[in-house]
Amino acid sequence: MYKIGIDIGSTTVKTVVLGENGELLFRLYERHGSLARQKAAEQLRAAEGVLRGKTAQVAITGSAGVGVAKAAKLPFSQEVYATAAAVRRHIPDADAVIELGGEDAKIIFFGGALEERMNGSCAGGTGAFIDQMATLLNATPQELDALSLAHERIYPIASRCGVFAKSDIQPILNQGGRREDVAASIFQAVVDQTVAGLTQGRELTGKIVFLGGPLTFLHGLRQRFVETLELDAEHAVFPENADCFAAIGAAIIADGAGFEYNNLLEMLENAVDNDGSTDVMPPLFESAAEYEKFSARHAKAAPTEIDADAYSGDAYLGIDAGSTTTKLALVTPDGGILYSHYGANMGDPVAVVREKLLEIYEKFGERVQIRGSAVTGYGEELIKNAFNADMGLVETMAHLAAARHFEPEVDFIIDIGGQDVKCFKIRNGAVDAIMLNEACSSGCGSFVETFAKALGYDIADFAKLGLFAEKPVNLGSRCTVFMNSSVKQAQKDGATVEAISAGLSISVVKNAVYKVIRAASADDLGAKIVTQGGTFLNDAVLRAFEQELGREVRRPTIAGLMGAYGAALSVMNDGGRAMRAPTTLLSQAELANFTHEVRPVTCNGCTNHCRMTVNSFDGGRRFISGNRCSRPLGLEKSAEPNMMKWKYDKLRALHGKGNGDGSRGVIGIPFGLNMFENLPFWYEFFTRLNFEIALSPESSRGLYIKGQRTIPSDTVCYPAKLLHGHVEALVDAGVDAIFYPCLPYNFDEGISDNHYNCPVVAYYPELLAANMTRLKQARFLDPYFGLHNKKGFAIKAAEYFAREFGVPAKETKAAAKAAFDAYYAFRAEVRAEGMRCVAYAEEHGKPIIVAAGRPYHTDPEVNHGIDELITSYGLVLITEDAVSSILGRESRRVLNQWTYQARMYNAARWVATRRDAELIQLVSFGCGTDAVTTDEVREILEKSGNLYTQFKIDDINNLGAVRIRLRSLIAAMGQRKAGVA
Amino acid sequence: MAELTYDKTGRLLFTKEMKKEYTLLMPQMLPVTFTFLRRVFELYGYNAEILTTTHRGIVDTGLKYVHNDTCYPALLAIGQLLDAVKSGKYDDRKVALMITQTGGGCRASNYIHLLRKALEKAGLSHVPVISLNISGLEKNPGFSLSVPMVRRLAAAMIYGDFLTWCANQIRPYEVRKGAADLLITHWTDEIVTMLGHGKAMSKKDMRRILPEIAADFAQIPRDGAPKPRVGIVGEIYVKFAPLGNNNLEEFLLGEGCEPVVPGLTDFLIFKINNRSIDVGLYRGSKLKKAFCDVFQKYIEGLQDVMIDAIKTQPSLRPMGRFSDLQRLIPGYLGYGNKMGEGWLLTAEMLELIHSGVPNIVCTQPFGCLPNHVAGKGMIRRLKDDYPESNIVAIDYDPGATRINQENRVKLMIANAREQIPAAATHTPEASRQTQRAR
Repeated sequence: MYKIGIDIGSTTVKTVVLGENGELLFRLYERHGSLARQKAAEQLRAAEGVLRGKTAQVAITGSAGVGVAKAAKLPFSQEVYATAAAVRRHIPDADAVIELGGEDAKIIFFGGALEERMNGSCAGGTGAFIDQMATLLNATPQELDALSLAHERIYPIASRCGVFAKSDIQPILNQGGRREDVAASIFQAVVDQTVAGLTQGRELTGKIVFLGGPLTFLHGLRQRFVETLELDAEHAVFPENADCFAAIGAAIIADGAGFEYNNLLEMLENAVDNDGSTDVMPPLFESAAEYEKFSARHAKAAPTEIDADAYSGDAYLGIDAGSTTTKLALVTPDGGILYSHYGANMGDPVAVVREKLLEIYEKFGERVQIRGSAVTGYGEELIKNAFNADMGLVETMAHLAAARHFEPEVDFIIDIGGQDVKCFKIRNGAVDAIMLNEACSSGCGSFVETFAKALGYDIADFAKLGLFAEKPVNLGSRCTVFMNSSVKQAQKDGATVEAISAGLSISVVKNAVYKVIRAASADDLGAKIVTQGGTFLNDAVLRAFEQELGREVRRPTIAGLMGAYGAALSVMNDGGRAMRAPTTLLSQAELANFTHEVRPVTCNGCTNHCRMTVNSFDGGRRFISGNRCSRPLGLEKSAEPNMMKWKYDKLRALHGKGNGDGSRGVIGIPFGLNMFENLPFWYEFFTRLNFEIALSPESSRGLYIKGQRTIPSDTVCYPAKLLHGHVEALVDAGVDAIFYPCLPYNFDEGISDNHYNCPVVAYYPELLAANMTRLKQARFLDPYFGLHNKKGFAIKAAEYFAREFGVPAKETKAAAKAAFDAYYAFRAEVRAEGMRCVAYAEEHGKPIIVAAGRPYHTDPEVNHGIDELITSYGLVLITEDAVSSILGRESRRVLNQWTYQARMYNAARWVATRRDAELIQLVSFGCGTDAVTTDEVREILEKSGNLYTQFKIDDINNLGAVRIRLRSLIAAMGQRKAGVA
Repeated sequence: MAELTYDKTGRLLFTKEMKKEYTLLMPQMLPVTFTFLRRVFELYGYNAEILTTTHRGIVDTGLKYVHNDTCYPALLAIGQLLDAVKSGKYDDRKVALMITQTGGGCRASNYIHLLRKALEKAGLSHVPVISLNISGLEKNPGFSLSVPMVRRLAAAMIYGDFLTWCANQIRPYEVRKGAADLLITHWTDEIVTMLGHGKAMSKKDMRRILPEIAADFAQIPRDGAPKPRVGIVGEIYVKFAPLGNNNLEEFLLGEGCEPVVPGLTDFLIFKINNRSIDVGLYRGSKLKKAFCDVFQKYIEGLQDVMIDAIKTQPSLRPMGRFSDLQRLIPGYLGYGNKMGEGWLLTAEMLELIHSGVPNIVCTQPFGCLPNHVAGKGMIRRLKDDYPESNIVAIDYDPGATRINQENRVKLMIANAREQIPAAATHTPEASRQTQRAR
C-alpha cells in the first residue's frame, strides 16, 4: 500500500507519498500562511498524479497537525517521534539529529539510550526568529544567508532566546556593525541556543544529521553549526529531503486501514478547524461612531501649525536615532514643525540621517537657519559624532520635554517605541520615577510591525484591521517569543487576522501596564497621562491602553516624533544657545564630502579584549562602540571609588598556600555564586589545614561556552550557568579535589526573619555533580554545611575532613575558628571601605550609587562592566553589603528570609536617609527571589522620594539599555537637585 | 459586624466574630483532598469554600495584581482568590482568605505576603488572610488548629490520598464512565460523617475502613488492555491542581494513558522530616528533633496502613513508602535538599521508575528555582542510570501555549507506547542493579 505523511508545522506544510517499497514518489514543502489545513488539502490534491484511484495509509504530524488530525479524524503521530523513524530507516548510523523548524527546535540522540527533546517554551521560535532578524536587516532570509557567508567576525550575542538576542543585535546595527557580521552572529546565536538548550549534558559527537527548513535552505546557518560542533564532512550530514523528514517518518509509521484517495481528500477538505478553545476578549470599538469620537478627541493634541513652504527664520533640529526607526524634526521657535521624517533605519541610521539632512538643506536653502541640533536615542553617540550635532541627550529627557509641551502638568508619560517601553512619573515638575522595560519584555512594538509585514500588511493597515474585531484573541503578555507562539496557536484555531491584530495590540499594552509599570489601576499613574512613541500611533494600541486603564489619555498627533521633537525643544531651550555661533552641525557643503567607514577592532588594552566597532568619518571624526571602559578612547579609567572592583580584586587574590605549606594537596574552588562571599572563609580554612587553594579562572564568555553543553535548565540565572565553565576548568587544571559545598543556610546577620540562600545558590553543587560527566574524572566534594551555626560547623567539619582527608579533629576545629575570624575580618573591611568611599564622596561632592545585588554580581562577566560605566559618569560606587548593617532589623511586608536579599532592603533604607545617594538594583534574569524583592526595594525607595532603578542582567553584553537607565537616573538626580519646576 | 483588629506588626487578624460571620475562601489544589479539608473546617464551625473557578479571568487578575515574574502558582492562587472576592458573589466585608504557607527557602513561603500586597493594590486590605501551616507562623484569635482538628485534617489527607490513588488506577479502565468518581463521592460523605462523630481518625479505624474502600474500588468492572502508565511529579501546585497544569490528568486519560500521581502524604512527611535532618546536618535543638520524629512516625504509621490496605487487593498497586523513597535518593541529592519539593521530587521519579513507570511528566512553573536542581537538574542523571526512563519536563506559565505543552507530552507518550512490553517485564530489583552509587 502507498503511504502518505503530512507534516503541518507552525509555518509550513510538507506532504510526501511513499510507494510500495518505501520509495519517495512525491514531496512538497510550502509555507501555509496560517491556512494550515487548506494548504495540506491543496498539497494532497497536487499529489493526484501518483495517488489517483489508490488507497493509502496516512499519518499527520507536526505541531499544527494535532488539531487538523483531530478535526479530520485522521491518525496523528508526534513529529519528533516521526523524524526519528525516518532517520532510523534512511541514516541508520546516525548518532544524533538536530532539527530546526519555524517554532520548535528538536534534538534526537541515538546510540545508547534514545533521547528526544524539544526546546523549552522560553527558547521557542527558531525559524520565526530568523525571519524577524532578516526583516530587521531589511533582507529576505536568503539575503541574510548570503550576507552571513561573507562575515569577518562574530559578535557575542545573547543566546537565551530570540528577544535577548535581538537586544544585543539592534545596538550593534545602530552603532555601525557590518551587516555581514551581524547576519553570521544571528546564526551563531541560534546555534548556541540550540546547543545550550537541547544537549543538556549529553555529548553531541559522532555522525550528526541536520534537518528542517532553515537548515536545508540556510547555508550560513549550516556553516555555523559545523564549525561550532567541529564536525568534518563525514560527520555532518545534510541529507536530501532534509526539509521533509518528519513527513517521511509519518508516512513510514502510518499503518492500519488505508484511506481511499478521494475519501481522504474529502475528509481533509471538510474538516472543521475551530475547536472553539481560543480565549477571546471584548472588542476595542463597538461601533464606527465610537471610533470617530475617539479619533476626534485625539486629533486635538497637535503642534502649532506652520506654513513650511513660506517660513523663513530660525529652526532647531532634533534627531531621534531609535532602535529600529530614525526620526527627525525641524522645529521653529514657537514649536511648529517645518520638516519631519519617521522611517525605518534599515540597519544603517547614518545613511538615513545623511539623506534626510541633505533633503532639509535642499528644501529650505538659505531661508531657514538651523540654530541648534540635538540627538537622542540608542544611536545618539554615533549620529552626534557623525554629523557634529551640538548636543546629545538621553531619550527620557527628550521625551519629557516634548510631553510637557503638550501637557505642562503631565503626571505620567508612557512611550512605547519599537524596542523599549519607557515610563516616567512626574511629581512637582521633576521626574519622580522611571520605569523601563527589561530585556525580556522588549521589542513588542517592532514585533507587531514585523509580524504585519510577514502577513503582507503595512503596520497601519494591519492595526486598522483590529479596530473592529469582534473577538480579539488573548495572546498573553510575557514576551514576544511567547506571543508568537500564541499567535500560531490562535491561527491554528482559526482566529481571523482582525482578531489577531486586535489581540496583539492588547498584548503590547498589557505587557507595558503589568510588566513595566506594574500598575493595577489608573490612579497609580495620575490624572494627566501622555502617551507617545511610534507604537501609540496605532489606534488599536491607544484604545487598548485607555480600556485597560479605564481612563482617557492624551496622545499627540506627532506621537512617533516626540523624541526628535523633544530633542529640538531641548537644544532650543538650552541656556545661551541662541547667543552662540551657528550650529556645529555639518553644512550642506560638508555633507557632500561625507564619508563613513566601519571597522571591527579588538581592543588589547586589558584582558577583557572588548570587540569594538570603529566608525570613521571624513575629517577624522571617530566613534568607537563596544568598549567597556574609556581606555581605548585614549582616556584613563575613571578614578572614582569602585567598590565592586575593589571587592573583586580582594577575592581574586585569595589563592595559593597562604601561611600553610600546601602539603595536603590542592583544593580547587569554583569562583562563582556564593564563593564571592565565602571565599575568605574557605581560603583561611583550607590554608590553615595546609591545603593549597586553586581558583578557577576569571569568568568570561569563553568559559561560559566551555560549560554550556552541560546546563540542564535554560531558565536558570547566568551566574549559575557560569559555574559549569568554572568546574570544567578546574577539572582541566587537575586539582586534587574540587570543593563546592551545599549551603542552604547563610550567615545570620540579624537583619532578617530567616537566613537562607536561594535554592539555586544552595543546591547548585548537586546539579553540577549530576550533569557534568567530566566530574567522574575528578574528586568533587559537595557536602552540606551550615555556616550559620559556628559550633555546629566545627563539629560537622571535623567529622567530614577526618573522613575525607584524615585531618585530626583538633586541627579542623582550630581552622574553623580561624576561618570564621577571617570571614568576619573581611566583612569589617568591606564596611570600612564603604565608609571610606562615602567620606570621599562627601569630600568631593560626588553622588553615591549603591549597587544592590548579590555578592556574585561583582563578577565582571556577570555585570558586564556596569561598575566602570557607573564610575565613568563621576559617581562613587559602593556595594549593598557595605552599608547593610548600619540600620538594624525592621519588619518588612514580605517574608525577609534570604541573607543576601535582606542586605538590599537595609541598603535601600540607608539610601533613604541620605540626600546624596541613590540605589541601583542589579537583578539577574531568572532570579525568582527578585520577583519578591524588587517591589519591596522599590517601595522603600519611593517612600523616601528616591528613584528606583533596576538593571536586569543576563548574558546580554550590550550596555545600551543600561546606559539609558543610568543616564536617565543621573539626569533626574540633577534635575531634582536643581529643583527644576 | 466584626470589627477589624490588627496585631503589633499591623497584620489584620481573623477574629472570633469573623469566624461566625465570614466565609473562608481557599484556592483549589487537590480536588479530592481539599473537599475533605473544607468539610473538616465545617465540622469546626467555619464557613469554608474551595474555589472551583477555572476561567481565564483568574490568570488576568493574577497578572494584574501579582508581580509577573512571580511563580505561576502564586499568580493562579492569588488570581483565583481575588477574582472570587471581586466577582460579586460574596460580600467582600464578609470573606476571609486562607492560603497554605510551608516556610523554607523557596519563594513559595512568600505567597501569603504577596496575597496581602495584592489585596492592598486592589483596595481590599480589609479582607483578612489566614495562613494554614504546620510551623506555627501567624496566629489568629478566630482560627486555631487544635490537636483533634489536626488529627482530623491528617485523616482527611490520608483518605484524600487513598481515594485518589485507588480511583486513578480504575478510571482509565472502568466500564461505566464515572464509576470511580461516584465511589469517591460516596466515601467522602461516609468518612466526613464518621469524622463528625469522632470516628475514622484513629489508626485502628483506618485499618478497618481503608481495606473496605480498596475492595469497593477493586469491584468496579473494568476492561481493556493495560495502558501506558504515566507518572506526574513536580512542583506541588502545578503537579496537583488542574488549573495549574491545564488539566494534565484529563489530557493523559484522553490520550489513552493511566496517570500515576504520588500523593500528598509523602510531601507532609518530607516537610516534617526536613526539620530533624537539619538538626543532624548542622546541629541544633535535640528536643525539636525528637518532637518531629514522633510526628513523622505518626504519619508514616498512617501511610503504612494505606499500603497494607491496598495490598489486600491484588489488582491494585500500592503507593511508595516514604522510607523507601528516602533510600533511593543517596547518590542523587542530599537529604539537606529541602526547599520546595527538594529531594522528594527526584525520589518520586526514582520510585516511579522502580515500580515500572518510567514515563514521567515533570511539571514545574516557569523558572521554578528548586526544580532547576531537583527536577530538570536530575533528568540527565536518571537517563544515564535508567536508560528506559522517559521523562519530559513541562513548564507552566500564563504565556505558555497549551498546544506546545501537549505536543511535548505526546512525544513522551509516543515513546511510552513503544516501551509497554518492556515495562511489563520490568522488576525493581533489575533496575536497582543498574543504579550507580556516587
